Amino acid sequence: MAYDLSFAKDVYNKSEMGHWIKMCMQCGVCAGSCPLRAHWQHSPRQLFQMVRAGKRDEVLKSSDMWMCTSCYNCIVRCPRELPITHIIHGLARYAETEKAVDPMQPTRRFAVEVFWKNITATGRVGEAMLTMRLYFQDGIGAGIQRGLEMRDSALGMLKTRRLNPIPFRGKIKGYDGFTKMLAKAAELEAKLENKA
Amino acid sequence: MADAHAAGQTILVVGGGISGLTTAVEAAETGYNVLLVEKDPQLGGRVAQHNKYFPKLCSPVCGLEINFQRIKNNPRIRYLTLSEVEEIQGSEGNYTVRIRKNPRFVTEACTGCGDCAAVCTTEVADPFNFGLNKVKAIRNNHAMAFPSWYYMDPAYAKTDEAKQVAKICPAGAIQPDMEASVIEEQVAAVVWATGWKPYDAEKILPYGFGQYANVTTNMRFERLASVYGPTGGKIIRPSDGKEAKSVAFIQCAGSRDHNYLPFCSRVCCLASMKQATYVRDQYPDSKVTVFYIDLRAMDRYESFLQKTREDANISWIKSKPARIEEDANGNPVVIGENTLTGERYAMPFDLVVLATGMEPHSAVDAKVPSDQASHDEYGFVTGGVLAAGCAAAPTDVASSVQSATAMAMKAIHAAVKRG
Ligand SMILES: Cc1cc2nc3c(=O)[nH]c(=O)nc-3n(C[C@H](O)[C@H](O)[C@H](O)COP(=O)(O)OP(=O)(O)OC[C@H]3O[C@@H](n4cnc5c(N)ncnc54)[C@H](O)[C@@H]3O)c2cc1C
Ligand code: SF4
Ligand code: SF4
Repeated sequence: MAYDLSFAKDVYNKSEMGHWIKMCMQCGVCAGSCPLRAHWQHSPRQLFQMVRAGKRDEVLKSSDMWMCTSCYNCIVRCPRELPITHIIHGLARYAETEKAVDPMQPTRRFAVEVFWKNITATGRVGEAMLTMRLYFQDGIGAGIQRGLEMRDSALGMLKTRRLNPIPFRGKIKGYDGFTKMLAKAAELEAKLENKA
Repeated sequence: MADAHAAGQTILVVGGGISGLTTAVEAAETGYNVLLVEKDPQLGGRVAQHNKYFPKLCSPVCGLEINFQRIKNNPRIRYLTLSEVEEIQGSEGNYTVRIRKNPRFVTEACTGCGDCAAVCTTEVADPFNFGLNKVKAIRNNHAMAFPSWYYMDPAYAKTDEAKQVAKICPAGAIQPDMEASVIEEQVAAVVWATGWKPYDAEKILPYGFGQYANVTTNMRFERLASVYGPTGGKIIRPSDGKEAKSVAFIQCAGSRDHNYLPFCSRVCCLASMKQATYVRDQYPDSKVTVFYIDLRAMDRYESFLQKTREDANISWIKSKPARIEEDANGNPVVIGENTLTGERYAMPFDLVVLATGMEPHSAVDAKVPSDQASHDEYGFVTGGVLAAGCAAAPTDVASSVQSATAMAMKAIHAAVKRG
């Protein structure tokens, strides 16, 4: 069987930090380090091998790269110094630009529909609204049920002042600069995408 | 041809491990004078600490003993223990070296009777056994050590008791007021055979060595299995003395890893295969598990791997473990991903042995003249001076001996050419 290297090459060139995947020696340290490994379908190690084996659809449609919580355990331990966390986020982003991702993928939905709107509207994350939007993403009934399920955690966070119940109103200082920065980033990204 | 003048020249060999011993014996038996300088009290280096040799699984004691006999019987070899080269000046054919001789506090009159150790009340952690047991402050590494003269720890030499102990020595060999001295020698060539030291396993934080009693290292395991070692050769675990019947070996512990030693030490895979046989031979109902990235039975050792593979009670798991935890019974639990099946495992063992690699002595502390020698990025000598065995590259005894013989030849060339 001949290997089709076109997908791997695409990832090396277009996915952020993707070229590092070449350096993986398949040792398995990342998989054993990941606190969420039980919930991943494939470990980072497997995902990287799938990229190299040209398994385009399996990789791009997989939910794996949406499972990373950026704990950085794998990065500090990888014997080959692969920036695994960043590679994983890069793959998620790459799958998004390739329009391969299921729009209902929960992490993607949260990122695109809730988080991005929340932070760009005011310039900072407002936890109260962010949580509300996330919970009520699928309608009022589902929202109330999720809220009840998470009650203890929410109360605990309130008590330890990790959740501010008062919604953030207005805008951050220097909001204009913030939006200009975002616009510039979008422009640079569009340029990159055109080039690629 | 070696003329009379050249043969009158002296070759300095720094380091008295298997490599230095070989260079010394080969050069001397060809007719040259040799000065062998060893920093430790007794010769043999790391090999003296091994329980058995792969691949033949014989005792290293006999291999060393042959070399010791050749040294003893050859008037052309002078050896200095507890000594270090302080400075080297001059160039090939004509060096002046300054050597510092640290005090042994025991003279060559010592017969090795052990009367002194019997009355000595001070005990210290035994460096020869990596601190796994306590020994007397005046002692011998073990019964077969060479030279067999006892030695005394400097701190102990200062005590009143040391003076009393000196009085009971039947040979009158103990001198607690012995001082260091510096000597100067003329030599024609220098061979560096300063060897290696085990990588410091405490640096590998996820494996918890130093934190968990039942996580040990391969060099400690050699001592644990040796009849001259801290347990008289019984393989028991440090925390509670329980027989270690389920033992895991973790390959590349701190090796081939950019966080620690980036290179492969080439012998630790074979060392673990050898050590697996220690466990299997001692306890027929034991089980051994080897975790590896890939097994490197380098050179002509493939058959040794095949032999260990035939034992169904040794399992091989292709995986570099991510971390070790400890369960309520003091068992180390090895955690990682089996890379052939994709399964995550958490397996408890009686004892875990970290197969740590070799760090060179040379660049770090052996005082190889940096203006002459070139080193690779890890500190192994690559050129500029003559280097034998593990001072030049991590390797096994057979290749160390080969390279040491080659260095004897090169040193002789230098003596003849410039003599
Ligand atoms: C766990 C383990 C098991 C192994 N088992 C085997 C085996 O079964 N078979 C095999 O073939 N190989 C084995 N090896 C490899 C073997 O240990 C080496 O090949 C061997 O020790 C190399 O000998 P050497 O003389 O080059 O270095 P060393 O043995 O390190 O000797 C160097 C000597 O130089 C001295 N020295 C250092 N610095 C100075 C200085 N500045 N001045 C004076 N003296 C100095 C040291 O004190 C030491 O005596 C094993 C290695 C490991 C890690
Ligand atoms: S830890 Fe690094 S080298 Fe090992 S499998 Fe994961 S990415 Fe590859
Ligand atoms: S010899 Fe084996 S254990 Fe040692 S570094 Fe090389 S591959 Fe790893």
